[in-house]
This record gives sequence, C-alpha cells and structure tokens, in this order.
Amino acid sequence: MSSSSLSYVYRPTTEEGIIDAFEDAEAFGLPVALKGGGNSYGDAFQCPEGIVIDLTRMTRILEWSPQTGIIRCEPGVTIEQLWQYTLPDGWWPPVVPGTAKVTIGGAVAANIHGKNCFAVGPIGDHVLEFELLTPTRDKIHCSRTENSDIFYAAIGGFGLLGVIFSVTLQMKRVHSGLLKVEPVSVASWREQFSAFERLTGGGQADYVVGWVDAFSSGASSGRGLVHGAWHLGPGEDAHPEETLRASAQALPDTFAGCLARSQLFRFMRPFVNRFGMRMVNAAKFRSGKRESGRIHRESLARFSFLLDAAPNWKLSYGKAALVQYQAFLPIERAPEAFDRIVGLSQDRGMVPLLAVLKKHRQDSFLLSHGLDGYSLALDYRVPQKARDAMNSLARALDEIVLENRGRFYFAKDSTLFLGAPAAVWGEDAVAEFLAIKRRLDPESVLQSALFTRVFGTVAPPSVSAPAEERPQEWEQPSTVGADEDEVGPPPWALPGESEGKPR
Amino acid sequence: METRWQHAIVVGASGGIGEQIARKLCASGTKVALVGRREDKLRRVAADINGVSLSLATVHVHDVADFGSAEQVFEDAVRALGGLDIIVYAAGAMPLIGPTEYDIEKDAPTVTANLIGAMAWLNLAAKRFERGRGGTIVGIGSVSGDRGRRGNPAYGASKAGLECYLESLRNRLATLGVNVCTVKPGPVKTPMTEQRGRLPGMIGAERAADLILRAAAKNNKTAYIPMRWWFVSKVIRMIPSFFFRRLNL
Repeated sequence: MSSSSLSYVYRPTTEEGIIDAFEDAEAFGLPVALKGGGNSYGDAFQCPEGIVIDLTRMTRILEWSPQTGIIRCEPGVTIEQLWQYTLPDGWWPPVVPGTAKVTIGGAVAANIHGKNCFAVGPIGDHVLEFELLTPTRDKIHCSRTENSDIFYAAIGGFGLLGVIFSVTLQMKRVHSGLLKVEPVSVASWREQFSAFERLTGGGQADYVVGWVDAFSSGASSGRGLVHGAWHLGPGEDAHPEETLRASAQALPDTFAGCLARSQLFRFMRPFVNRFGMRMVNAAKFRSGKRESGRIHRESLARFSFLLDAAPNWKLSYGKAALVQYQAFLPIERAPEAFDRIVGLSQDRGMVPLLAVLKKHRQDSFLLSHGLDGYSLALDYRVPQKARDAMNSLARALDEIVLENRGRFYFAKDSTLFLGAPAAVWGEDAVAEFLAIKRRLDPESVLQSALFTRVFGTVAPPSVSAPAEERPQEWEQPSTVGADEDEVGPPPWALPGESEGKPR
Repeated sequence: METRWQHAIVVGASGGIGEQIARKLCASGTKVALVGRREDKLRRVAADINGVSLSLATVHVHDVADFGSAEQVFEDAVRALGGLDIIVYAAGAMPLIGPTEYDIEKDAPTVTANLIGAMAWLNLAAKRFERGRGGTIVGIGSVSGDRGRRGNPAYGASKAGLECYLESLRNRLATLGVNVCTVKPGPVKTPMTEQRGRLPGMIGAERAADLILRAAAKNNKTAYIPMRWWFVSKVIRMIPSFFFRRLNL
C-alpha cells in the first residue's frame, strides 16, 4: 500500500524525448517507470526517486481507416480521444474501462478489460500490432506473428519491457451511439450469478456488469443490481447520425441540473464512510428493485464511463486511502469464494464501500489476469490507523484467491506481496517473463514501484561512464556488500530460483 | 508502534535521542538514514539495527557545521531510502559554560549545531515536502529555550531561535499537509548532558525518543517531553522579569 512518491518526470512528445529520458536514466543510474493516464489504483507508474516517463503528451493519431476500423496511434492517446475521433464514423473502442481517461499505451500495458470481457476478452485481443521502444533504444515491431513472444508478454507487461510506442487497434463497428440497457435486481449471490449466466448465455448481451451491496449479509448477501447492455443493430436506431455524434455522448456538465460535476466529489464526501455508504448501498438496492426489468436506452459513454460521472471521485475519500482489491476466480469457485471474501471483510470490520462483479474469459497473454470466471472488485476506505488491518485482511484474501486458483490484476493492486507473480502464474511463466525482460532491458532500467514490490528488488542500473573511462576489464565483483548485486546472477532472480540468492 | 512512515532521516543519529529515535523507527519497519559526525558510532548503530539480514538503516557521515555539503548528503540519503516521509533533526551541542564565562569560541559551534545546521537540513526537507505535499518535520527544541536563563545563554538562544524557525516553517507548510512538530524535552540523559551529572526530572533517552515519536505521530505542533514540563515551563514563563533576575534558575 504505497502512498506518494517523488520522481523526476519527463514528458516527451517524440521518440527522441523518450530516448533522452532513457539516456539520462543511464547516465545518472536511475530506475525508470512509465506512466499513462495515471489511473492505476496502485504503484504501477510510480518510481520513487527515479525517472517517470509520462507519455500523456504523445497524443497523435497516426492512421485511421473508417473502412476497416483500424487505427494506429501514439501511446498517450486517451480512450476518450479515441472514441470521440472514431464514433462519428461508426466505430467504438473494442474494450473500454470504467473511465475514459486512460491512455491507449497504459491500456495495452495493463491489458485492461471492460464489461464485455466475457465475450471479447481484454484489449490485448484487439491489438493488431505495436512497436516497443526498449531501454536499449531498440524499436521492436510486435504482432501475433512477428516477435510474438514479446507481443504476448508486453501486453499486460505493465511497462516493464519497454515503451509501447505506437499501437494498431481494431475498433468495433457500431450502428448507433446508444445501447439497450436492461437492469436486473438480484437479491442474493445465487440470483446475481444466475442473472449473469442468463445475460451472458444465449441471446448474449454485449456488456454485463453487476453491482453488489457488500454491506448485505446472511440470506440477502450478494444482493445488488446487474446491468446487461446490447449494441443496437442496423436500423434499430432511427437517427444514428445524431446519436453517433461525439456531442450527443457527452455527459452534462452539471448533475441534476445544478451541481457542477467537477465538484460532485465534495458532496459525496460526507457519505464516504461506513454508515453513509451502508445507506447509499441500501438505497441503491431499493431503487434498483423498482427499475428492474425496465429496458431503456443509454448513450455509450454514459453506460461505459461510470467513473467519469463524478470526476475526482477518489477525493471523496478525504484523507483516508482508497484501496481496491480485485479478485479473479474460476467460474465454479467464484460464488463460494466471493461470499467468503465479503464475509471475511465484514467480520474484520472493513466493509468494502463498493463492490463490482464482472465476468471474464481466458486469454493467451503471458501474465494475464483473465480466466474463465468472475472478478469482484472491492473498494475499501482505509484510514491511516487501519492500514495494518488492511494489509492483514489483504493477506487473508490472497490466501482465499490463491487456494481457489484465482488471479490478480496489477492495475488495481496495491497490497500484493513479494513473490505473488510466481504464486499466481507459476515459476515458469514468471521466469519466461523475466527472461524476456532481461533480453529487452538487460540493465533493468524499467523498475516501477510495482515491480520491486511484487517481483523483488534489483540493483539500480549501473552508472555509465564514457567508454574510455571504463576499466579495461570489468572487475569481478567482490563478494561483499551491495556490489554483489551488479553482476553475477540475474539481479531479479526470485527466491527459490536455483542461481538466485534469497533476499 | 506507529508505521505510517516508511522513510526517515535522522540527523544526529550517532548517539543520544537521535540514536534512540532511529532505533524506534527501525523497530516499526521504517527505513532510516542515519546522519551523524562519528562514522564508527553510526556504523555500530546501523549494524545493531540491521543485524545480519535487514537493510533498514543506512549510514551517511556528515558534520552539521559543514552546512554547504548538507544538500549532497540529503540527496544521497533520500536516494538510498527511496523516498522521505519524516525528518528528525536531533543534532545538538551544549558545552559546559561557567557562570562568568563569555566565549564566542564555545558559543558559535553551539549555535551552528543547534540552529544553523537545523536550518540547512530542514530547509531541504521543507522544499521537498512542499513539492510532495506532505511529510513530517521534527525539530528538537528545549525547555531552555523558553526563558533566558543564567546557565547557558548561547544554548538557550539557539533553541529559542530553532523554535521560532520551526514555527515559521509550520506556517509556511501547514496548508500543504506538512506537519512541523517542535518537541521540547526537559533534561534527558544523553552524551550531551553527561558532564552535568544528574539533573532534576531527568528521563532516559529511550523514553524521550518514544514520547517524541508519539507527539509527531499525533501531528502535535509543540510537545513538552515529558508533559509535566509544560506546566513547569508555564510557571517559569509567568515569573516577572524583575523577580526572575533574582532567582538562581
């Protein structure tokens, strides 16, 4: 559970700018982390005392073909920019997260998923190709056929292999800017999952998302509201040219006609506590019951980007930290395990203020969070004094997830322990990932706080001196002190790996 | 104990209150940069803290009188820590001054160690915390700074100056989430007070360190260590000057 950190931030606009940053990192012996929109809940883009390359200024769309729906763009292009650019031509991003503020580079690096993950997989499944700019300044073209090992590792690689420099993405054809939405009120975990199975089964909805009232317990535990949504087919929307306009999608600037949306978080603040959120959750359940089954139409942006409805919503947590814990569990284990996870949180007096259920499918990326099953994302409010309690709760939840062969998702994580990747994906997959990292980033320049937290500490990149100043022969490291880390066994060797040494 | 700080700098960690604060911070898992003049002592403290397997404490040799080099040492320390959440300035000097002694050779180093050094280090920390919107600054004042007593004019003046300086920092940084805590211990048994023997109301350095960290953790602005000195100091400050002159305090 990291808090804040200070770093040297570079905001390049061109390839040369990124290379400059890597050169500086080498010259000063600093580690580097890559940052997109900065929407990860944890420390994926943090690099305390090191360099952070913020790619949000690389916002050019390089190629767009409205005939095929194939777009090539720079990594700093946000999902918002993307859909506003392509929607008038009838194309929508194949996968969108709950906020449109994420960049495409970050989305690919995190291999994000959306409410349609059960049907179309994560965004990686729609990336046709990308270029990877490594810390060694090589530009590697990756696709499913070319450098496919890097393709499958860098998607979901959290910027640990290189900068995702330009992305080619297949967009999705849409015939209207509206979705048909069906809310289904559910009174228990059993109903929750059966609603999901119904909506994701035959006559499949395109998007399904479930909200769970984590305050409910006993027989009503797992109660909530499931939303299924369908894209409209050709002809279903009488005026597609109207609804496909970007302006038709925009959320109004005010909430309920008078509250400025940007200030909404201030009004949420008094409710963001156990008592307040218990009331909010209960009220939401009750109103959900009334609207259940009322099929209506909603704009794509409104349905998709719920988190943008209240910008800066994280500030409503005040001084307390927001910790999200998202557990991914196989389909047959999910109902029981989620019940245990929520139950355990309640027993420990740390009730998640918000819980969201989604369905996923297996994909073929190396360190992927995707599996045939469900995920439950839990938002905890953690005041300073509850940090230790949160950590110990997270450990207990980790055990439930791991014993059920579940998975985690680094973009949401801030509590995972050292060595977690091997516990989730197995030693082999982690070794393969680290071998690719060693190949692309031999000095281990790319080291986000996330990396050091879950993969382990690596010696900072050695400071480069001009060639003539270097000793003729690299001295073999003596066996004392920190020098040991610089050469010799792979610096990121995990405990337990034969040539590695425990740390 | 308190675990909210992950990275700490303790200036003056080679002995006395500073050493105990460093030990206490490390005991709760905080990474601490030990800054001090005497390398052998620092190394011993670090070795003691780290034992065989830990790497919580790092050693940075620095003389606070050499304030020109503070920035470099500060940066090295922060780099080694990987961040900074709290800085404790615990370096200090209190030479024995005779009742009729007026010696700038003794006074100047006292003011340098107690005040100038603190400004050098805490300025750096303040600048960083201002940018990072958060952090804790702890300065060790003294009850001696509350009133100009006969005993040690330079010491009292330097501590009074430090208190005023810390108040200014607090007023600059309070809105940015930076907590500046002035702690004012009474007599504490440390190498600094060794030559003066047993003083009234003296407490051990370990207990002082404990109380200081507690005050900092509670975001206290000013704290007497231990609390009873608040009352004593209040009384002493109320004594009118014409009467105070006649007292042998």
